[in-house]
Amino acid sequence: MGSHHDEYQVQPGKILTRPFFILLFFVLVGLALIAYRFFAGVGAVTGLSDGYPWGIWIAYDVATGTAFACGGYALALLIYIMNRWKYHPLIRSAILTSVFGYCLAGFSVMVDLGRYWNAYGFFMPSRWQGNSVMFEVALCVMSYSTVLIIEFLPAVLYTLEHSKWKWVRESSHWLYARLIPDTDALRNGLTNVSKAAGHLQVRLDKVLIFFIVLGITLPSMHQSSLGSMMIIAGEKLSPLWQTGFLPLLFLINCIFIGYSTVMFESILSSFGFKRAYEVHELSGIARIVPWVAGLWMAIRFGDLIWRNQIPTILTFDKNALFFLLEVLLIGGGAFMMLSRKNRLSPRLLFLSGALLMLGGGLYRFNVYLIGFNPGEGWSYFPSVAEFLITVGIIAIEILGYLTLVKIFPVMPNPKKHFAEEGEEMVEETAGQVAPGGVYAGK
Amino acid sequence: MKSTTRRDFLKMMGMTGAACLACAAPLSASTGPAGESETAIAMLYDATKCVGCKACMAACKRVNMEQNNLSYEYLPTDGDKLWDAPKDLSGDTRTVIKLYKESDTRFSYVKHSCMHCTKPGCVSACPVKAMTKDPVTGVVAYNKNACIGCRYCQVACPYNIPRFQWDKALPQIVKCDFCKDTNLKAKGMPACSETCPAGAIAFGKRTDLLAEAHNRIKENPDRYIPKVYGEKEVGGANHLYLAAFPFQKLGLPELKEESPAAFSEHIQHTIYKGFIAPVALYGTLAAIALRNKKKQEDLGHGEDD
Ligand code: SF4
Ligand code: SF4
Repeated sequence: MGSHHDEYQVQPGKILTRPFFILLFFVLVGLALIAYRFFAGVGAVTGLSDGYPWGIWIAYDVATGTAFACGGYALALLIYIMNRWKYHPLIRSAILTSVFGYCLAGFSVMVDLGRYWNAYGFFMPSRWQGNSVMFEVALCVMSYSTVLIIEFLPAVLYTLEHSKWKWVRESSHWLYARLIPDTDALRNGLTNVSKAAGHLQVRLDKVLIFFIVLGITLPSMHQSSLGSMMIIAGEKLSPLWQTGFLPLLFLINCIFIGYSTVMFESILSSFGFKRAYEVHELSGIARIVPWVAGLWMAIRFGDLIWRNQIPTILTFDKNALFFLLEVLLIGGGAFMMLSRKNRLSPRLLFLSGALLMLGGGLYRFNVYLIGFNPGEGWSYFPSVAEFLITVGIIAIEILGYLTLVKIFPVMPNPKKHFAEEGEEMVEETAGQVAPGGVYAGK
Repeated sequence: MKSTTRRDFLKMMGMTGAACLACAAPLSASTGPAGESETAIAMLYDATKCVGCKACMAACKRVNMEQNNLSYEYLPTDGDKLWDAPKDLSGDTRTVIKLYKESDTRFSYVKHSCMHCTKPGCVSACPVKAMTKDPVTGVVAYNKNACIGCRYCQVACPYNIPRFQWDKALPQIVKCDFCKDTNLKAKGMPACSETCPAGAIAFGKRTDLLAEAHNRIKENPDRYIPKVYGEKEVGGANHLYLAAFPFQKLGLPELKEESPAAFSEHIQHTIYKGFIAPVALYGTLAAIALRNKKKQEDLGHGEDD
């Protein structure tokens, strides 16, 4: 975002690596099963029933997956609203993750919809149903996906502008005699594309901030509504989760999950790509996490006490155990980050991020699936095919991320921002980690 | 409410004039408390009269087969495919008769189908107006041409009524609509109620049927448990039940009087009333972000921003 382009760099390296092909395999399996679903019906590939009409495609891909994709939202909140610009270098990779998370949640929904060919109804005002929470979620998620793509455009335009078009030239060379009779025209065409990209970039930079703000407003709306969505399930949802505070809890939940994903993903990709860990930035983010998670816990327990549900926990039945697991994971992950020393350890930053994602994700899973009980005689467990489709969709996300960071300037540029951050460095981290950071790998 | 006071009330309403009633009707039909709509049509199923012949099931499927794309459900043992034998409501079955057996001599049949709630969860949930409630008759109907198949109506229905055609490539939702476009239109009453040989399914105005139900309880207190199911459940329904056993034993859930749909709408409306809050949020955030951006530029970091 912005044209602070030397903040970011293209990750060097080959695109067609071994992980690439392994992921591709899962993608293809998932896509084949999706194709089968369209011929044989939703029932043929899922464990769903009339009692459990929503399974992991909704509970994971949509309700949990979009929270994992809230890194872009949570960071934008921090940078543009809380005025912490030192986190700016982290935002592009977070936005890229968000683009995939949201677009693929939309894709999952299209697989899940029984009468997908009627989905155009969302664009017909005569069919809008303002009372429906899902209507609000759907419109918001569609708009936000678009906003995310716009927010990512600067990286694409930059590449288009500065590209030498080597691969186009090479392939045109190969095709020369057959298809492209006029290389000059091609070269002119490509120069024009680059010029246009440069042009557009300047324009986009001027208005980008308004999209960024939209990118903060929309998730605030639909993430809370994802919580409201289950209020109508009434007594089918266990009292451990059914409350009028669902929207507020979902909103706060996605913010701490957002920061956790930034921690998790940054450490993981630094490790994988053998880059310097962004410990300075991450420790600053990690300092916020316990407060957000603590606020969430306070509301969660306050609500349970107010509704007299503590005895429900003490029954230690299935729901109570999942509740305890959720609280332990979130509490554990947040508690870890209270200590300054822990916040400087890449390993613990990673662990805490993972715990908070698991716990925060489990909360959503509990609301949508585990705490949901339509009555006697119904049960649900995802079928193998259903599970593989979700795996395929996750594989698309990782594959896309790994590929695009090698094409577009997405990753923070270590030289640039460590030098620049030198004097701005938070007091607590200064002097403890040498500029240049801790290096991963051997 | 006692049925006598209800009749007094009706008389009074009659005196204030039919025109006035007609004006108020559409409003009260959708917003009246506890389903006390004056124009709503309803069904009263008396489990103590039902003989379990399942003629209603057969009639329902025959009449609505085409419109709902229904199929017959045969048992594996029925090699000749003679009997339609659905075990439960399904993507092929809009109403079903079940048996509850307390002992060898004491048992009851029960008919399951849509309750046509006064404040229906399905209607409130549906994002594309595929589930609608008629403001005058109170019938909750489904329109497959608008439905996207998201199945939120299934999540939202407290009675698990809407069913989905899981095994079809081009599926739809299936549920009772009082034969709105079929038997009701052609013969003035739903097929089940027309067919029932035992007179177990009464059809008429909700107010009349509710009074009738309370009357039956009063006249035969030994025959019934003293409760009309559907009178108050999640805000009331246009499908009423009388039975000799507690309704939970017959597979009808015990529900509170408050409607989760109404609560959900209340929260949603509080947050999004007039779309003021989102716009205000955007405005505030934009102001803050612009100020911060400017500050950052003044610091000399955003030269090329
Ligand atoms: S019983 Fe279920 S399907 Fe029927 S009107 Fe009520 S909420 Fe809708
Ligand atoms: S499945 Fe169809 S009728 Fe049910 S809520 Fe979704 S769009 Fe509406």
